Amino acid sequence: MKKYDKLVVNAAGREVPTIINGEEHIPFQGVGKYKPTGRRYGPKLASCADFPEDGNKQVESLKEALIKSGLKDGMTISTHHHFRNGDLIANQIFDIAHELGIKDLRWYPSASFPCQEKLIEYLEDGTINRIEGSMNGPLGKFTSEGKMKGLSVLRSHGGRYQAVQDGEVKIDIAVIAAPTADFFGNANGVNGDTACGLLGFALADSQYAEKVIVVTDNLVPFPCIPWQIHGNYVDYVVKVDKVGIPEKIISGTTRVTKSPDRLLIAEITAEFCEKAGLIYDGFSYQAGAGGTALSIGNYFGDILRKNNWKARFIRAGSNKYPVELLEEGLVEYILDGQTFDLEGVRSMRENPNHVHTSPFTSYNYHSKGNFAQLVDIVVLGATEVDINFNANVVTHSDGYLLHGIGGWQNCLAAKTTIMPIPLFRDRIPVIRDEVTTICAPGELIDVIVTERGIAINPLRQDLIEKTKDSGLVIKTIQELKDEAEAICGVPEKIELSDEIVSVVKWVDGTVLDSVRKVLT
Amino acid sequence: MEFNFLSTFVTFKIKNNCMGKIGIAGNQGKGVKSDCQVQFEFLTEGGINIELNSKVQVLYGKSIVKLAHDILSHFEIENARLLIEDTGAIDFVIAARIEAAIKKVIDTTKDFLLPVNKENLGSTNKDDFRFSRLYLPGNSPKLMLNAGIHKPNGLILDLEDAVAPEKKFEARFLVRNALRSLNFYGAERMVRINQIPGGLDDLEFLIPHNANLILVPKCESAEDLHKVNSKIEELKTKHGINNDVWLMPIIESAKGVMNAYEIAQAADNVSSMAIGLEDYTADLGTLRTKEGTESFFARNMVVTASKAAGIQPIDSVFSDVSDMEGLAENVRTSKGLGFEGMGCIHPRQIKVIHDNFAPGEVEIEKAKKIVVAFNEAKEKGLGVVSLGSKMIDAPVVKRAQNTITLAINTGKLDKNWLDK
Repeated sequence: MKKYDKLVVNAAGREVPTIINGEEHIPFQGVGKYKPTGRRYGPKLASCADFPEDGNKQVESLKEALIKSGLKDGMTISTHHHFRNGDLIANQIFDIAHELGIKDLRWYPSASFPCQEKLIEYLEDGTINRIEGSMNGPLGKFTSEGKMKGLSVLRSHGGRYQAVQDGEVKIDIAVIAAPTADFFGNANGVNGDTACGLLGFALADSQYAEKVIVVTDNLVPFPCIPWQIHGNYVDYVVKVDKVGIPEKIISGTTRVTKSPDRLLIAEITAEFCEKAGLIYDGFSYQAGAGGTALSIGNYFGDILRKNNWKARFIRAGSNKYPVELLEEGLVEYILDGQTFDLEGVRSMRENPNHVHTSPFTSYNYHSKGNFAQLVDIVVLGATEVDINFNANVVTHSDGYLLHGIGGWQNCLAAKTTIMPIPLFRDRIPVIRDEVTTICAPGELIDVIVTERGIAINPLRQDLIEKTKDSGLVIKTIQELKDEAEAICGVPEKIELSDEIVSVVKWVDGTVLDSVRKVLT
Repeated sequence: MEFNFLSTFVTFKIKNNCMGKIGIAGNQGKGVKSDCQVQFEFLTEGGINIELNSKVQVLYGKSIVKLAHDILSHFEIENARLLIEDTGAIDFVIAARIEAAIKKVIDTTKDFLLPVNKENLGSTNKDDFRFSRLYLPGNSPKLMLNAGIHKPNGLILDLEDAVAPEKKFEARFLVRNALRSLNFYGAERMVRINQIPGGLDDLEFLIPHNANLILVPKCESAEDLHKVNSKIEELKTKHGINNDVWLMPIIESAKGVMNAYEIAQAADNVSSMAIGLEDYTADLGTLRTKEGTESFFARNMVVTASKAAGIQPIDSVFSDVSDMEGLAENVRTSKGLGFEGMGCIHPRQIKVIHDNFAPGEVEIEKAKKIVVAFNEAKEKGLGVVSLGSKMIDAPVVKRAQNTITLAINTGKLDKNWLDK
């Protein structure tokens, strides 16, 4: 089977395959243009008659659970990144598959992390055919160099839910690592020694996978309260010694930055929001991970305090910073998609106003609305932006695939999308003539804030008008690009192979761009 | 043995016993960014062999190699091996490293100079505000690129304490290139040279390249500044430079404190005088405390001597970069003693320093009343200014005018306040 076939140029002007790993896909047609037809996918019906009368679904080991789930060649196995770089289960699944001589699996994680670097050996020996999820660090390098057998597919968190719901990706076996569960399969992430917060990324998998395995190291008597995962979807429960390392949900990107340059960018961003009138009593914002975004949250807090205002809600990625704002009373609710530190976990456990959400509630585009579109301000990073405001978050300017999309694409639905980015990083200008990979169509990006000036998308005349006499340094995006090149020099055009190693999906499941193999 | 190539058409000579010697310049290793390390080996045959390992290879590899070729050809080197380990250095950094590596091996009268950034032309004024001046280690390019965007009044490229002895040679090239190419975003271009007499040699790398102000460390006498000035004059004449070059001596010893007045009035181009408390307290054999009791006398001396000589007294740096409250308190004390500026070692200190040196609201309101009264008196042709029933002396008016200027310059007062 060809990895991909039938290339067309899509509405973003990018050449993309319409046949991917043997299945048909629709090219990007423009923001909001593609309308799905048909009905949601449904897994096979189950019967209580086939499950233990006493509700006890516990089996001896993960291996037994996988065998009983019918693990075989070519299946799709899903896992989740609630433990981020502290995941202990994904590698075990593929160790077992390898031991059983299973081949050609599709791994469908909600995100991958460097702790899963080991899986490269299974990608090489054919146990795993491909990854459809984020490819970070070593896995990204492996993919970029064209070594993956199948074609990898990159989706946003919302796109992942959409793909499962729409039946585009049919999960055979979902393995959900849960810090607390009962024998029936009810599970949550807030309790137990390995509490990591919530299990929202596993929601689609629990609802739509053919077989669902819950793995826990804290088996409590029924009922496990709260049940973030409903046991009614679960086939097997496995008790292990340790399900994950919660301390590792903290990543380097979730601390407030100490860099004076980034703090300056954060300060300018907050000032822009204030002067553009985007901050008001009852406003909302998305506090992402990343040092700059977190600092911006702190500055927003200062503005709220100064005016005696409250934010109605923060959409998060929570850690101690938004939690402090919640506890100080500056914010009424945190609608949380994943916790980034143990303070976030504690708050979610103790504070009823710190609410767990899922990609269904927050991000799913094939739905009757989602929460992301209700947010006033979202602050996002990018590896590159181009003079048409298109942005890239998955590849670097040298062509290497090094980041996942996460909720990034979904957040673009917010009322104002702001990208605070340095004008250059270690000589590499961030604003380019054309991004290496389009992950966001420029029409959805409103403001680029750099340490040397702010560029406002001409589509947002309202913001241009409001800030024209504000004393802020407003420039065109072309001026910013020229300024970076005056400092760094004009970058040479990079050469990449014609061969495609990955595709980037848009939030509606259409194919937005292709990632090319790097020349090594 | 000395090889002299002057007899052919080459204008350089290999330093004594340097055949096969490798010249190394620049930094490499963990945490080093925006820099490069260059190894230059002079050869007698085999042509030019440039090896580049760069983090930005695919985006700038070709232009870096071209720059390296240009530099080698500028120095008329036809056979050499050049190894460049690059972590994202921009051209002026790469050029400085290559030139330093070459000059460790060969003697030449030539310099490789990149064009001057037009932003960096022009002089500053003797009485420009010098509230904040940010120290930048003279051999660390990473910290230089964005320093100006934090808007200090001055940026100091430091050749003295921030540069290790074995790096002093290469740092001069980097500082020279920075003076020409780096955008200072309007900050005064300052350099701290090494202690006199050694520091006099630094001036050749600074005066022809638009340095605005020279900080003279561990200054102990007017004589130190006379030496600096005579070197500056010599270089100005040689290179046809008309720009003003101001001096800021730093008093860092008991002797310096006792000679403070002599130093402050040593020459017309002494614009300001700073105190360096780390070295001063060491000289006293005491410890530097937050309260600063041990340096109270020295600070007063520097302030009083400066005021007597009509120049700006500048306070020492506050070294705890995480303690912004402590810094603010320190600035208020400093201002209370009569200082008109302070050094910074971190960009986040700049705003705190500006905010606290700037006049407060009460101060501004009072000054406004005095200036208005003065203007009215002048209009009416009155010789005496009075506010209410109080007579206002000329120095009080002058101080009020200074406060207004300061308030406008620090954004605390609209420049058209009189019209409103």
